[in-house]
Amino acid sequence: MIVSSGTTWQKMKKNADCYLMVLPFALLFITFVVLPVIGAAFISLTDYNMLETPSFVGLDNYLRVFLEDNDFITAVRNTLVFAVVTGPLSYIACLIFAWLINELGRHARAVLTTIFYLPTMSASMYVIWTFIFSGDQYGFINSMLMSMRLVDEPVQWLTDANTVLPVIMLVQLWMSLGTSFLSFIAGLQNVDRTLYEAAAVDGVRNRWQELFYITLPSMGPQLLFGAVMQISASFSVSSICITLAGFPSTDNAALTIVTHIMDYGNMRMELGYASALSVVLFAFVLLVNNIVQKVIHKYAAT
Amino acid sequence: MKITLHKPKKRVNRSMFGNISILIVLLLVAAFMLLPFIYSVVQAFKPMEEIFAYPPRFFVQNPTLENFSELWRISDSLWIPFSRYFFNTLFVTVVGIIASMALSTLAAFPLAKYDFPGNAAFSKLITMTLLFTGPVTALPQYIIVTKLGMFDTFWAVLLPTIGGPLNIFLIKNFLTQVPDSMLEAATLDGASKMKILTRICLPLVKPAMLTTLIFTFQAMWNSTGGNYIVSEDMKLLPTMMSQLSTGGIARTGVGAASSVLMILPSLIIFCLTQSKIVETMAYSGIKE
Repeated sequence: MIVSSGTTWQKMKKNADCYLMVLPFALLFITFVVLPVIGAAFISLTDYNMLETPSFVGLDNYLRVFLEDNDFITAVRNTLVFAVVTGPLSYIACLIFAWLINELGRHARAVLTTIFYLPTMSASMYVIWTFIFSGDQYGFINSMLMSMRLVDEPVQWLTDANTVLPVIMLVQLWMSLGTSFLSFIAGLQNVDRTLYEAAAVDGVRNRWQELFYITLPSMGPQLLFGAVMQISASFSVSSICITLAGFPSTDNAALTIVTHIMDYGNMRMELGYASALSVVLFAFVLLVNNIVQKVIHKYAAT
Repeated sequence: MKITLHKPKKRVNRSMFGNISILIVLLLVAAFMLLPFIYSVVQAFKPMEEIFAYPPRFFVQNPTLENFSELWRISDSLWIPFSRYFFNTLFVTVVGIIASMALSTLAAFPLAKYDFPGNAAFSKLITMTLLFTGPVTALPQYIIVTKLGMFDTFWAVLLPTIGGPLNIFLIKNFLTQVPDSMLEAATLDGASKMKILTRICLPLVKPAMLTTLIFTFQAMWNSTGGNYIVSEDMKLLPTMMSQLSTGGIARTGVGAASSVLMILPSLIIFCLTQSKIVETMAYSGIKE
């Protein structure tokens, strides 16, 4: 960051061209992204069903989230279990695999990157897992288990409350080498190669030491980017749950905060309440993000 | 401070045993990633009786192009030609990529490198919007799009994506790695900010630029236009494809064929950009 000196006004005048460069993006960003978020925050203070004019109810929706909504507790528990398992695992997987791929020769690297990224390449690729884990004997896993005589009757993978969340986690992990993975792949190209030679002279003896002493500390900005994307992805899991487990799922075993929001926002048309749920989720995700960012800042130059 | 262009020498600190074990781990993971994908591709080449055969088989016994010709036959019978949907999607994809990359880079550069009042707050806002999830912003966005008179136009598909926070956040993060001294030297030589951005910074963050190209391509190519596009001749390719394949269980094979066709362009773009990213390996990274 190139620091300017002087009063606020002097800084603004000196960097007038910066404002011009940011302006076109800022106009679109504020109009189509920021305003809708602010709009949702306002709606959370009202009772609104899309047909009648919204009526102001203050913090009633928020009180209802915490005091009356038992499903919300289930949704929070499922989302937390899900995020705590898949969030860190996906993040580490993205990092490790990007780094391991980077060790290979040029062609192997291109091929493996493509294979690892394939599951996220199309928005609907994961639908195939409904065939694989289908609860009848036509399901691929079930037919395999039955032909090997490991089970006598098909396992209800997607409707049994005990198996559905682990299956969804597996599918999420399958899809985890996406945005953050690509940013790590790109970030690894920016690491100064001569640092490795210098480090070898200074006593770094194997690739693990290289990873922890040189590669990761030089990838601060990418680590931050990946963390934000991964946190946002692991707390917003929704469409996988609905596709695999249906909605509502058995005993709400696959109910997450975002599917809960969809329930109120898209089906029950209680937009005020759905918005309040979104704001609560946002506050929590922001908190998690701040903690993670602090940890990364301590470790790497950003 | 210089940008050297030498090829990296044989890498230090590498053992044969390590290389082989890494390859084995990577191949195992690759199999886990690839098998469901292959399964869904194979479905597209199965005749109807094999898709619903018991026990289900992974591979196809009598491969057929039936599903593809059926897809072709149905799409040929529409009253809007297939090419129309294709060009609609091609249009929003190309315009979306160019506009998004241009505007995001233009804004990311000052945010990453210059200290001006408002910078910190605006940067924070970008991160925060990335973390706000939930479908509840759809309604306010719908109201804004309609109020601006953009309903049922391509603007409604393009502008929210171009103004989206993902690309700018990625490019901004990479630009912070460009050393200040490089920019200061160029400023002393009389280079304008635009010149510094295009001549010095862009070549250095090429891997990030190519990555945003992939993201934007995927977003636009797979865009259904949400609730914004209602005229049949404005509809996008994914909408048309999903209309074709939701004809009940009889269209399962057609659905599989259409998803194979839809993913092909993404695959090609991905391979092309990845090989370019790998090419930058010949350079030796960013250094002071």
